[in-house]
Amino acid sequence: MNEFIEQPRYVCALGSQQTVLGIPRSVPVVHAGPGCCAKLSHALNIGGEGFAGVAMIPCTNSTQNEVIFGGEDKLRETIDGALKLYAAELFVVLTGCTADIVGDDVETLVAEYRRRGVAIVNADTGGFKANNFVGHELVLKAIIAQLLQGAAPRRQKGLVNVFSVLPYQHPFWRGDLEQLQRLIESIGLKANILFGQTSAGAAEWRAIPRAEFSLVLSPWVGLEAAQLAEELFGVPYLHYPTLPVGALESSRFLRTLADFAGIARARVEKVVAREENWYYDYFRTLATHYTQSRSPYPNRLYSATDAAYALAFASYLVHELGFVTEEQFLIDDVPERYQENVREQFAALDSDQAARVVFETDGGLIHTALNAKKYKPSTTLFLGSSWERDLAWKFKGFCLEVSLPMHYNYIMNKSYLGYGGGLRFLEDLFTNIYLQNANAVRNRVIMADYGH
Amino acid sequence: MTVNLKVPDLPIREQRLGTIMVYEGTAKNLCEISREGKGCGMGCSFNQNTGCGSGCAMDLLALVRDTALINHGAIGCAADFNNWSNVYRLGLINRGLAEEPISALSSNLQEKDTVFGGLEKLRATILETRRRFAPKAIWIITSCVSGIIGDDIEGLASEMEREAGIPIVPIYCEGFKSKVWATGFDAALHGILRKIVRPPQRKQADLINVVNFAGTHVFTPLLAKVGLRVRYIVPFATLEDLAELAEAAASTQICETLGTYFCHALETEYGVPEVKAPPPYGMGWTDAWLREIGRLTHKEAEMEELIRTERAEIAPRLAELREALAGKTAYIFAGDSYAHSFISVIRDLGMKVIGSTAYHHDARFDNTDDGLNSLQNVLDYGGDVDNFTVFTKQPYIALTILKKLKPDLLIFRHPDMASLGFKLGITTVCINGDANRHACYLGVLETGEQILAAFTSRNLYRNLAEHAQFPYTEWWYEQENPFVFAQGMSDE
Repeated sequence: MNEFIEQPRYVCALGSQQTVLGIPRSVPVVHAGPGCCAKLSHALNIGGEGFAGVAMIPCTNSTQNEVIFGGEDKLRETIDGALKLYAAELFVVLTGCTADIVGDDVETLVAEYRRRGVAIVNADTGGFKANNFVGHELVLKAIIAQLLQGAAPRRQKGLVNVFSVLPYQHPFWRGDLEQLQRLIESIGLKANILFGQTSAGAAEWRAIPRAEFSLVLSPWVGLEAAQLAEELFGVPYLHYPTLPVGALESSRFLRTLADFAGIARARVEKVVAREENWYYDYFRTLATHYTQSRSPYPNRLYSATDAAYALAFASYLVHELGFVTEEQFLIDDVPERYQENVREQFAALDSDQAARVVFETDGGLIHTALNAKKYKPSTTLFLGSSWERDLAWKFKGFCLEVSLPMHYNYIMNKSYLGYGGGLRFLEDLFTNIYLQNANAVRNRVIMADYGH
Repeated sequence: MTVNLKVPDLPIREQRLGTIMVYEGTAKNLCEISREGKGCGMGCSFNQNTGCGSGCAMDLLALVRDTALINHGAIGCAADFNNWSNVYRLGLINRGLAEEPISALSSNLQEKDTVFGGLEKLRATILETRRRFAPKAIWIITSCVSGIIGDDIEGLASEMEREAGIPIVPIYCEGFKSKVWATGFDAALHGILRKIVRPPQRKQADLINVVNFAGTHVFTPLLAKVGLRVRYIVPFATLEDLAELAEAAASTQICETLGTYFCHALETEYGVPEVKAPPPYGMGWTDAWLREIGRLTHKEAEMEELIRTERAEIAPRLAELREALAGKTAYIFAGDSYAHSFISVIRDLGMKVIGSTAYHHDARFDNTDDGLNSLQNVLDYGGDVDNFTVFTKQPYIALTILKKLKPDLLIFRHPDMASLGFKLGITTVCINGDANRHACYLGVLETGEQILAAFTSRNLYRNLAEHAQFPYTEWWYEQENPFVFAQGMSDE
């Protein structure tokens, strides 16, 4: 298999510096060449600086001296400086390509600090080892294995560890985490959300062994972290691959979660009924509003995003909005051992045409495939990155951006998850359709004016 | 220094230009130290992240029009593809050209490649690059991985170049190679010089090479008034544009840090004179730049007339801006010479530059002519700058300096530093992106308008500062000396 990549949609394992920044008051200490942090911060930029991100990330900025003579001394100086400078609760030392090839013994070095009582762990995240979806999980596992050593498992009733979206890689991660927390807590559980502004930071990570169970809310990322927590602390886990968008999936999610947690059905049904009443009161207006708009209604879905978002939106569009799935390009380099499982997750969708799942990391090949299609623009919706927005402009098809890179969106706490998220998706979808329809008319008129 | 276009690579800035990475003192003192070649300071034991040459090389070469680029590294090294593609696409639209993304592939080096070498993968990537983009040349951006594992990229490129019949140009800009990211500019431009530029077939006496970034073509209308044409290097040039650079009447740059090696090499190898004057930032510098171009192209009289009319045209608005900005103090952050250029612009707007930080300082440029000594030009045209420092980004150091100096205005070239200004509630202008907008006489006005507009947004700065958060300890806030982590520092 060829490995080269045109139009990258993710970064390397060291991109997990953003995973660390997703934890309040945590600081990545990067042992790598001088340019890595900046390139990665710029690519994964939705969510701002965080606690100590972008130019504030401490780094050994390794150059020839560290490559030729080893970088352990420089790393020690950098950690010493970071401990004085940052009022942080947790430090995560991440290695880049240079340190991992040179073979600095970072593990032993960091363990020395830990023995002195410093909250610090390390992960080997050399860029050549994996992408940042895997790098994210390496950081999860590093914290679980190193920070929580010797922690006594004393269960806290109703506490749920949440392993789900990737900070900064999933563009709506902040809003998504807020929505997930709200959903989970709506049936009386307590979400140990771990990332984002509602997280209590390192204290939540220390609570991982006490959780009643872990929830892996993603097709594959987070499974290994949950398994590690089970192995080390006996915390069982529930794997629910589909991020819930809209009422159908949110209700199904809440019922599954309640059953796993042993919560009485009656309690859940009360929540579901309340949420669905609210949701469908808005949803039903779609019929009148839409038919009055004289706009086309797309119903064929092409996706080019990671497995988690692709599955979430495909499920919503197929089950609630009557879409038919065309190719689903999954860009996150799903490891081979999970691919069959991911195919099955898509095969379970009730679409008139079985979703064709294509595992493809090369954006160039995705566009070659999409360019070769014959589209009826008015019936086509692309879900993807700004690369797909540019393609949709070319085809005059519709596009919603849900994946990096995103050049044309400013996102704060937007999320398409949960009951409200389904409505938000509808708002964005139809605003997009109406605007584009008006622009198409305007352009035709302008072209006519100029005698084309 | 001697230029050698026969070798694949050139010495890094630390060796070639005696680069200083940490300094605290006055501009005058730094200028003297540099002149005497004494050097000063080594570095700091603790650092926040800086930047590497790979991004700088990409910045130039990804935007050459009919060529393709390979990043031979892990996928994270290609994290900037999307950004440059966006810059490129919008730049093409801006110039009325057909829009397209950049043509670029990452060889996506994996763990096994660090063991068995990455050459076969590079070979496959070169073949695919030709198949996919049919480019007129291919740039190979090297990386830390390719550098450390020691792939013979030069050998492979030469071999495949013969097969393909197009230039295949390795660019040695490995991130670990130099502490100075601008070394990546040198690497990229050395690649162009050694493989693309051909000996002149004819002289184009009206053609001026301008080394710049992806910016508005502001020099074209200005120099057209005296019958000169401008060739912008490197973004948006075609391969043929680059090939005929040695035919130009003169070469110049918007920033000495960017173009020092390139313009000097064109002069020593092909006799294309470098414009030995400060770059066109600020009124006096623009005068000097135009006069020198006029001298080299034998258009002295026309140039004097141009200077007179251009100055007259902007004089009324410039006077208003000066009145509005009079008495305000400014502090400037930028990369070496570009900081010097902005000191010139800000002073010409009637403001006082109370301090400046350059992200590195080259003790000399490749061409050691005094006309190109940008820090000396700062002193000659407007006097000393009291609080002059050199350090690479390091917002924690900048924070301490700014809390002490409390300037009215901050100018940042780099957006990842500019957030600091907002967080401190100081009026901030970020001049990232199009550097050309601030050049020449109109650029002084443009900068002034931008500053004036920024001052009117004071409620935004106040609002952001009231809610800003910093990650630093009390210990850090108690430090009077921003350079506590410096080793071997000296302002002597």
